[in-house]
Amino acid sequence: MIPACEFRWIMPEIMLTGWGLLLLIIGGLTRGSVASKTCGVLSVIGSACAMYFTVNLWGANQEVFNQLYTIDNYGTFFKGLFIAILILVSVVSLRYADREEIGSGEYYALLMFGVLGMMVMTSSHHFVTIFIGLEVMSLSIYVLCGLLRGNLSSVEASLKYFLLGAFATAFLLYGMAMIYGSTGLMDVAELKRFFLLKQPFSATMFIIGLGFLIVGFGFKIASVPFHMWTPDVYQGAPTSITAYMATGVKAAAFGALIRVFFTAFVPFQFGWSEIIWILAVLTMCVGNITALVQHDIKRMLAYSSIAHAGYILVAFITGDRTLASSMLYYLMAYSFMNIGAFTVVIALQKKGENNSDLDSYAGLGARHPFIALCMSIFLLSLAGVPPLAGFMGKFYVFSTAVKAQYYWLAIIGFLNSVVAAYYYLRVMMYMYFKETIGEPGAADKAPGYGLVMLICIWALLHMGIFPKTFLLMAQKAVGIFS
Amino acid sequence: MTVMSVPILSFLIFFPLLGAVILLFANRRNVQFIKVFTLVISLIELAVSIPLFFRFDDAAKTMQFVEKADWFPEWGISYFLGIDGISLLLVLLTTFLTVICVLCSWKAIEDRVKEYYITFLFLETAMIGTLCALDLILFYVFWELMLIPMYLLIGVWGGPRRIYAAIKFFLFTMAGSVLMLVAILTLYFFYYNSTGVYTFNVLELYKASVPIAKQYWLFGAFALSFAIKVPMFPVHTWLPDAHTEAPTAGSVILAGVLLKMGTYGFIRFAIPLFPAAAIDAMPLMSILAVIGIIYGAIVSMMQPDLKRLIAFSSVSHLGYVMLGIFAFNMQGVQGGIYQMLNHGISTGGLFLIVGMIYERRHTRMISDFGGLSKVMPIFAVFFMIITLSSIALPGTNGFVGEFLILLGAFKSNVVYGTLATTGVILGAVYMLWMFQRVMFGVVTKDENRNLKDLGGREILILVCMVFFIILMGVYPKMFFKKMDTSVTEYLALVKQKSAQARILEGNTVPAKMAGEVTNTNMTR
Repeated sequence: MIPACEFRWIMPEIMLTGWGLLLLIIGGLTRGSVASKTCGVLSVIGSACAMYFTVNLWGANQEVFNQLYTIDNYGTFFKGLFIAILILVSVVSLRYADREEIGSGEYYALLMFGVLGMMVMTSSHHFVTIFIGLEVMSLSIYVLCGLLRGNLSSVEASLKYFLLGAFATAFLLYGMAMIYGSTGLMDVAELKRFFLLKQPFSATMFIIGLGFLIVGFGFKIASVPFHMWTPDVYQGAPTSITAYMATGVKAAAFGALIRVFFTAFVPFQFGWSEIIWILAVLTMCVGNITALVQHDIKRMLAYSSIAHAGYILVAFITGDRTLASSMLYYLMAYSFMNIGAFTVVIALQKKGENNSDLDSYAGLGARHPFIALCMSIFLLSLAGVPPLAGFMGKFYVFSTAVKAQYYWLAIIGFLNSVVAAYYYLRVMMYMYFKETIGEPGAADKAPGYGLVMLICIWALLHMGIFPKTFLLMAQKAVGIFS
Repeated sequence: MTVMSVPILSFLIFFPLLGAVILLFANRRNVQFIKVFTLVISLIELAVSIPLFFRFDDAAKTMQFVEKADWFPEWGISYFLGIDGISLLLVLLTTFLTVICVLCSWKAIEDRVKEYYITFLFLETAMIGTLCALDLILFYVFWELMLIPMYLLIGVWGGPRRIYAAIKFFLFTMAGSVLMLVAILTLYFFYYNSTGVYTFNVLELYKASVPIAKQYWLFGAFALSFAIKVPMFPVHTWLPDAHTEAPTAGSVILAGVLLKMGTYGFIRFAIPLFPAAAIDAMPLMSILAVIGIIYGAIVSMMQPDLKRLIAFSSVSHLGYVMLGIFAFNMQGVQGGIYQMLNHGISTGGLFLIVGMIYERRHTRMISDFGGLSKVMPIFAVFFMIITLSSIALPGTNGFVGEFLILLGAFKSNVVYGTLATTGVILGAVYMLWMFQRVMFGVVTKDENRNLKDLGGREILILVCMVFFIILMGVYPKMFFKKMDTSVTEYLALVKQKSAQARILEGNTVPAKMAGEVTNTNMTR
């Protein structure tokens, strides 16, 4: 019997579910541009309410629903991040979804359900709950990717993501089943206790299960060699959804991955860190080198997001539980810079246009100084130039590697960021050094875009120059591992 | 001591930034206002920095004008500024050259004027920050920050191959600095493991006794990063491109200040942090420096393009600086530092000169000129003085620096000293030959017949440069007494720490080297 009072711990989740359902109804009752605007505004309000409840949960430490669900700082940190992403994406969508005529009730409802899934995923140490969260998130996003119904690449993205995603989910589930088969446990916290008693534990089925877990999560965080879907899906999906996926899904997958591995599988760190060492190096190198030759900004950002997953994996490998905060900090910084960059991409796209050729950025510095300045800040932050958050994040992540004496990994990581600097700077070069090519037309100037860009810039500067608040928050969040 | 408590260094760092932010809101069409405003800002900056020189206590052994505040204490990152006799002179050089650069850009920059001056002020902030920072992270932040405005200066306002040059510049420098960051982190965790304190404070980290094997790696990473910036042979290849494509003011600042960041980095960070490795690396670094001196000079001789010629002469001059620094004796190091200032003034002056004829003729090819001394007599005088300073004629600043460096080099190793001296001859050859081809003879090209001589603004700029050339040439004591104590302290630290590291290792100093090092704390 579940005591009713336990529901107060999941108020943010309830909020999002409720608002999502409400938006579905409102979306059914109204039509056209009005519906899009109303739903957008309601979505922002709903997420703000959810944010309020999430902030109130900070500091709480509670197991609810028979240990199936956990309220702790770690989960709350991620919830806050997801809702922040949701709010930013919703604000961007106010104009974008309206422009592309996809902004009906279900668009915003699916955004909310997606975030709901992410929240569930990161707030549990039970395999079943994690899996349910993952599925709720994934199903919402499969649909969101294909919302541009008339656009072939959008539909392709949706189908591709669905097929490959289903395959990866199967791997994850199979892995969980194998771990259950060899240990009889589905709860990560219990697994931890089990391994403490049964050290050394090396059932073959368990090892295979662990490998499958890495495959399943590796797909969601888009690490090489499970990254094949990323460029096509990121490019084909509506741009606001790309921003949402690149930040939210990645953060959620990392959230679950870190929680599962850092809670239970630390005793096997020497086993999996070797595998992930190779994955991380491959992810950084393939992501960055392939990004070098991209001529489409969306595709370039897709490859860059692969590379960034590699940077985060560098800290993951060390298995240093107190410095796991570096990954949280990085995910936060990464989210703001990517949402900012995608917002710029959105502002420069025209209706019905889902690509974003580098040539259309030529001469942007002269045509739209403000947008170009914002884009430069996001790109420099992505490249890891101080004093922006991207630098602090990279510094923190690689310092964990140096601390654990993975010197080569740190050097490879930093050299990769030099390679990355080339393609980020190339965009800046087009914006400032080249003359306008052809007739680019006017940019889509909406106050929402400007607001989101300014919020992102503020966040990046604040996190970069006065990182203290954010770092302490991230450190408190990973307190659960110690 | 109330005056001392004014955060003068912070003011110097952030005042140009404030100016840049204000300019951001200026009307881009009001070009005159933008120029005058920037000039005023840079003049105030210069005016504020001059008292540093006079209030600086020559005898004090510690850092002066220190400012310290916690930035992120949990990690031991602090906002820690301070200057000694070495950085003092470089800060003054920076504020001085910035004014000169604003003046020389007055007519040369007509495109995107507002952005140009914003970039320039931003650059000044980063440069002064780099020179004053005594916290490794703070230093690194400013160090990387210098890249962006310079990248934009070359890329937006540069010559025809500017994009290539800008990206090459950025990637070279960044590749070096990320390795340095790994080394910084390694040192940081090493210090924590041996003392239990997290700190990026350089003065604290000086005390760390790093095992020699580890020193080699760490020194290697720091040295590579700084060597790229200097630039030493063989990582100098970005420099000629960057110089050739940059606008005049960009070249002046690049030669005058940015290259000095590399040599300054050696003196402030790479050598005192890892002295034993630095002393062991002395033969390698000296050989590279000598190669740089001779190679730079020979390549300059063959350059058809004036700017490229001066760029390669920078490689040669910076070779002298490195040779002096790696002599590890008083004369060598002081000469090296003095040559850093000289190079800023004389090579900066040469770039200004080239900029001035480029504005008139829109070409920099030596073959397009000839006989200019008849057409532009005033110009010829200034050009001659600066050229002579660059080839180190006695009475000019260049002589003092090069003489001391060679003295130091001879004391430490006769072979390097002898080889480096040939560079002096080669230097005279390429500079005087260039001067002869450009200025003397008959006017062969019709376009050159009616060139206007220098205007008031240009004369003012060059008079400032020549003033320092002469002052530093005839009265060097004024500058040396500022750095005497700091250099003595620096050498004593290097010597004591490297000896300590070797005792810890259990192997003694190679006999010859020990002799060199003990000589170092003799007074001049």
